[in-house]
Amino acid sequence: MTPDVRITDTTLRDGSHAMSHQFTERQVRDTVRALDDAGVPVIEVAHGDGIGGSTFNYGFSATDELTLIAAAADEARQARIAVLLVPGVGTVEDMKRAEAAGAQIVRVATHCTEADVSIEHFGAAREMGLETVGFLMLSHMASPEVLAKQARIMVDAGCQCPYVVDSAGALILDDAIERVEALVAEVGGSAEVGYHGHNNLAMGVANSVLAYRAGARQIDGSTRALGAGAGNSPTEVLAAVFDRLGIQTGIDLLQILAAAEEVVAPFITRIPTMDRSSIILGYAGAYSSFLIHAERAAERYGVSAHEILLEVGRRGYVGGQEDMIIDVALSLVDQS
Amino acid sequence: MPETTIPVAIVGSGNIGTDLALKLMRSKDLDLRWMVGVDPASTGLMRARELGIETSSDGVDWLLSQAELPQIVFEATSAYAHHANAPRYREAGIQAIDLTPAALGPPVVPVVNIDDHLDTPNVSLISCGGQATIPIVAAISRVTPVSYGEIVASVSSDSAGPGTRANIDEFTQTTARGVEEVGGAVRGRAIIVINPADPPITMRNTVMAAIEPDADHAAISASIYDQVERVAQYVPGYRMVAEPQFDDPRPDWGGRGRVTVLLSVEGAGDFLPRHAGNLDIMTAAACAVAERFAAARLQGEK
Repeated sequence: MTPDVRITDTTLRDGSHAMSHQFTERQVRDTVRALDDAGVPVIEVAHGDGIGGSTFNYGFSATDELTLIAAAADEARQARIAVLLVPGVGTVEDMKRAEAAGAQIVRVATHCTEADVSIEHFGAAREMGLETVGFLMLSHMASPEVLAKQARIMVDAGCQCPYVVDSAGALILDDAIERVEALVAEVGGSAEVGYHGHNNLAMGVANSVLAYRAGARQIDGSTRALGAGAGNSPTEVLAAVFDRLGIQTGIDLLQILAAAEEVVAPFITRIPTMDRSSIILGYAGAYSSFLIHAERAAERYGVSAHEILLEVGRRGYVGGQEDMIIDVALSLVDQS
Repeated sequence: MPETTIPVAIVGSGNIGTDLALKLMRSKDLDLRWMVGVDPASTGLMRARELGIETSSDGVDWLLSQAELPQIVFEATSAYAHHANAPRYREAGIQAIDLTPAALGPPVVPVVNIDDHLDTPNVSLISCGGQATIPIVAAISRVTPVSYGEIVASVSSDSAGPGTRANIDEFTQTTARGVEEVGGAVRGRAIIVINPADPPITMRNTVMAAIEPDADHAAISASIYDQVERVAQYVPGYRMVAEPQFDDPRPDWGGRGRVTVLLSVEGAGDFLPRHAGNLDIMTAAACAVAERFAAARLQGEK
């Protein structure tokens, strides 16, 4: 029976933020085996900021991500392995290496108004025979109409499923519905639409259900919510909720619960939680992966992390501008 | 009679070409005689005519058929066009300063390695992020070995042109190579971020370099301050927003420390808006390179 919605688990990619990019090959193998056994159809594996993200600015990976991708591909029997690629950080060359390591799906991510920087990557991905997904990051910063036009640019370039990506966890109920509806109306005939939520304002699962009702057919989750900020929609909760609503995900509930509880939970070094700074991410509309960088800068410069994040939101920084957190921290020091 | 100025031409009549023209008009040694494009309706060509520059929409064909030829040409078109034009300039004995990402000639940064290339037929200006950050990487690596240098350039959405957007990998790869070859880092990385905020952001750059654990921080800082001053001589809006930030050595950095330099580049506002420092630093660097070439020619240094 064909599932009604395809769940992509991003424990091993968005979760990389919460793990400060310190995943080991063992953790990846164990997680992929458990998710694969549970019937999760797509598993994303990469540095949190995508392939090529291992840098000073975003944090260095403890294990080369190509090693992790290859390990994941080795373990997966039915699941397909996806990677994230952020143009401006990763390149087509990185994508080729990921494909050689066993990735079958590439998810190309741009800021929600800058989709045209992904055109060369979608073209190259399709030529290589990769399945494609498009990530419109910080979707709350664009109106539904603008977002739909950007999704169209991605689809015309070869994207098979543009996503409304709530990178800041800032979308509240209707905000998610309107954006998914606008994308479905624009590209519905030629592509699927997806939704990626964050829990900063506790909206992850609720928004995902509303996104499904608005026509999204690919939804992201992360076991134990392991992800940036207050984390993602927990995959195991999505599985339980969709099951109760009679929406087939193809995921075995007890097995995904076991994966989350027995495989993933024990290795988590930092449990994503709706603490002051995470809530501010959602409230101020700041990129969720700024959280740990803001905490580090706060400690170093003696200012508070949530004030840094409020100022980041005011200045309108977008994903990738982690370097500006130092700048904001220094300006707060000057003011005090 | 000895030459007193060097005749130069701009190929490309877009915003970059127009801004460059305004800068060249102020030059003592450079005589901007020609600007060519491919669109008869180009407003850039119209503006150039108003400045008293001879123009044509018949492009490089027209330029190379003139009785007198430029000694230096600025390529302000696209990487694609420069691939076609470069051999023709070389054949005609014209020195080319390439503002596109074609990267056919060696990478140059005015304050770092221009004196090595006074006779080089074709030089590449790398990228905006490269012009803004490589001087700093070089300033650090002349004090202590830089095993790894990383730069992040943030530019406003309205200043990121279609060429950059269609080929963003080219930016990251060309700039990373420049960080190594000109900046002196053993390994280089470059990241670019396009930000759509309104009002538009001023171009920002961050340099993060891995340095030896026992490196002399005061000497590194002094070298950086000196370099910022030197770049600011031809890019007046170039400044450091805070003093260099030093991080202690860490095991996950291979036992090395780190220096972080936060830079802001505001344009001169000649033709391009002030926040578009990324475009201004390219035309300013092109002008500085040409002036150095011209000075060498006029003084018979070559």
